[in-house]
Amino acid sequence: MTTTPLSLKELSKKEILLSYGHRMCSGCGAPIVVKMVLLASDYPVIACSSTGCLEVSTCISQYTAWKIPWIHSAFENAAATLSGVETMYRSLKKKGKISDDIKFIAFCGDGGTYDIGFQSLSGAMERWHDMLYVCYDNGAYMNTGIQRSSATPLGADTTTCPAGSVIPGKQQQRKDLTKIMADHGIPYAAQASISNWSDLMKKVKKALSIKGPKFMNILAPCNRGWRSRSDDAVMLSRLAVETCYWPLYEIENGNLRITYKPKEKKPLEEFFKTQGRFKHLFSPENEWILKKSQEDVDRNWERLLREEACISQPEVNKEIEKSQ
Amino acid sequence: MSKVVAVTGNEAVANALRQINPDVCAAYPITPQTDLMQRFASFVSDGLVDTEMILVESEHSAMSACVGAAAGGGRAVTATSGPGLALMWEILFVASGMRLPILMPVVNRSLSAPLNIHGDHSDAMGARDSGWIQLWSENAQEAYDNTVQALLIAEHMDIRLPIMVCMDGFIISHSIERVEYLDDDVVKNFVGSYKPLNPLLDIKHPKSIGPLILPDLYLEYKRMQHEAMSKVKDVVLQTAESFQKISGRKYGLFETYRLDDAEIAIVILNSAAGTTKDVIDIYRNKGIKVGLLKPRLFRPFPYEEVGEALKHLKAICVLDRADSFGAFGPLYTEIVSSIYLTKSQPIVINKIYGLGGRDYMPEHAKIVIEELIDIINTGKVRLYKDYLGVRE
Repeated sequence: MTTTPLSLKELSKKEILLSYGHRMCSGCGAPIVVKMVLLASDYPVIACSSTGCLEVSTCISQYTAWKIPWIHSAFENAAATLSGVETMYRSLKKKGKISDDIKFIAFCGDGGTYDIGFQSLSGAMERWHDMLYVCYDNGAYMNTGIQRSSATPLGADTTTCPAGSVIPGKQQQRKDLTKIMADHGIPYAAQASISNWSDLMKKVKKALSIKGPKFMNILAPCNRGWRSRSDDAVMLSRLAVETCYWPLYEIENGNLRITYKPKEKKPLEEFFKTQGRFKHLFSPENEWILKKSQEDVDRNWERLLREEACISQPEVNKEIEKSQ
Repeated sequence: MSKVVAVTGNEAVANALRQINPDVCAAYPITPQTDLMQRFASFVSDGLVDTEMILVESEHSAMSACVGAAAGGGRAVTATSGPGLALMWEILFVASGMRLPILMPVVNRSLSAPLNIHGDHSDAMGARDSGWIQLWSENAQEAYDNTVQALLIAEHMDIRLPIMVCMDGFIISHSIERVEYLDDDVVKNFVGSYKPLNPLLDIKHPKSIGPLILPDLYLEYKRMQHEAMSKVKDVVLQTAESFQKISGRKYGLFETYRLDDAEIAIVILNSAAGTTKDVIDIYRNKGIKVGLLKPRLFRPFPYEEVGEALKHLKAICVLDRADSFGAFGPLYTEIVSSIYLTKSQPIVINKIYGLGGRDYMPEHAKIVIEELIDIINTGKVRLYKDYLGVRE
């Protein structure tokens, strides 16, 4: 297998496998995620999507934007559906009916991953199917009209947890799904962002080189839901990374490595103030939410640094053991 | 040479699946189907089949995995019961809408609440409008024979629809009966090799499967499903004819028993038909002209043929092992529709029986026959819908 080097010059020669003419909103992060992931693959890929923005906008009636084989079955079952395709592949390959070396990738939103599709995903990972599951996380049910999901951040204004005069937006923190997926003991789990394209594509390449279940969580700004400018998807992703709201890391066989460390960690406010969904948090009575959100981000970042240090410095591990 | 064995319904169907040797099997345990899939899993573990198993975390995922596997381009099977089928409900429509010929034995079980693990037909009747072909089986032999015939029907190029083979939970799935097995080679040749249609795994010809279809085309998609269903009857009969050649056993769209010269009749599905036939013999010996019709193909429903078979009768009782609360049972409404098409007007009553595995005894058939005799003698109907063997 010849691998394309991760240079813009070489990558620009490759075919984009999600064609133009799809009906995603202008400035949406999700198709950028799909294009980058597919561009990183040097293998033929079969993709599966759960019901959602990406699915309804890329395959309508006789029109499809997918230049690769693609299947959509329902909302909560992309991992199970793809596990069926992957198993049929193994079965037919064993019998000599297929000779190609094919990779299987799921592209699903946070609603179809964190919430309704969680059981199906957990099951597929535990069964060790050879697939990469990519969640494009935009932090709410954007397709149905910006309803709260378990990926929605604390304090965010959504249509089902609107910022009202009594309740100021979502009252709970997000589920840390990347950690939960890594805790399944799968060989590879990672977080990535379209702002750091090289990092994202390296992770995809690594994931596809590993046999077994892989999970990648990729931030996908949604200007409709986040109430941000439609040309800010990459800038917002960068701010999410620079504030450590969306840390970039990978967990390979249980070993955590932070793949990008901001030189200077920006205050979370800088990310929040760019988006209408957090606007109400800047009034004095909601200041506590901003403060709590910053504390959550800090605690999580420190945890990641600590976990990484434990793995890269075995002596730290020993000291921890001694102290116990 | 075929082999005569003493086996349970589950064992017989598991053996049929072994002989079919599907490419992929998704399985999730639920009583009373468990034993069927355990047996099949042991065939996999012992290398008696080439099948890849997917031991999923729910029936919803079992059906989803079958959808993915079948769309991939090979034979996919699963099996379930009661609440498992209910959990699959959403994806049953995906399987039929995508025209995927998945095979699923359904070991019929009641639905909660209250929780009950025993046999009735609420599960499959709840799925009757899901676009799946349904074959029903009176005993282990029929369950085995229907399973062997099922793929030929489902995979027919004019059809390409998923198929359920129903048998009564516990009464058939767990009772040992005499069954005649066909030879492995005979089944293998009968089932033949799978002909994929637009397989997803053909990467040289990329396809998008499962699009969004808006009001401008959705109705046409559904109309095409009906069109495919309308061809099933003929394929079922052709398949039965070929099956008779290899087995000597004759199948149709339904079975009739002493019906031709009958004045009254019972219409009943699955295992209770056997008991009913015995009681019919008793009444026939007394000179009472009573007969039976037992549907085999419930979806699509052969209205014209069933109507023709029943139109000469004076009174009929349709026994339903599933209820539609506040309405007639699901089999009753089909029988009345069938007869209505013939312009004949026998009296048709409905009895709900055997829910949650309640035994159907010979005295229940006697009660029904006595009531039908009374109806033709007096012309009076006490109740059109009633319950049989219930403590009021």
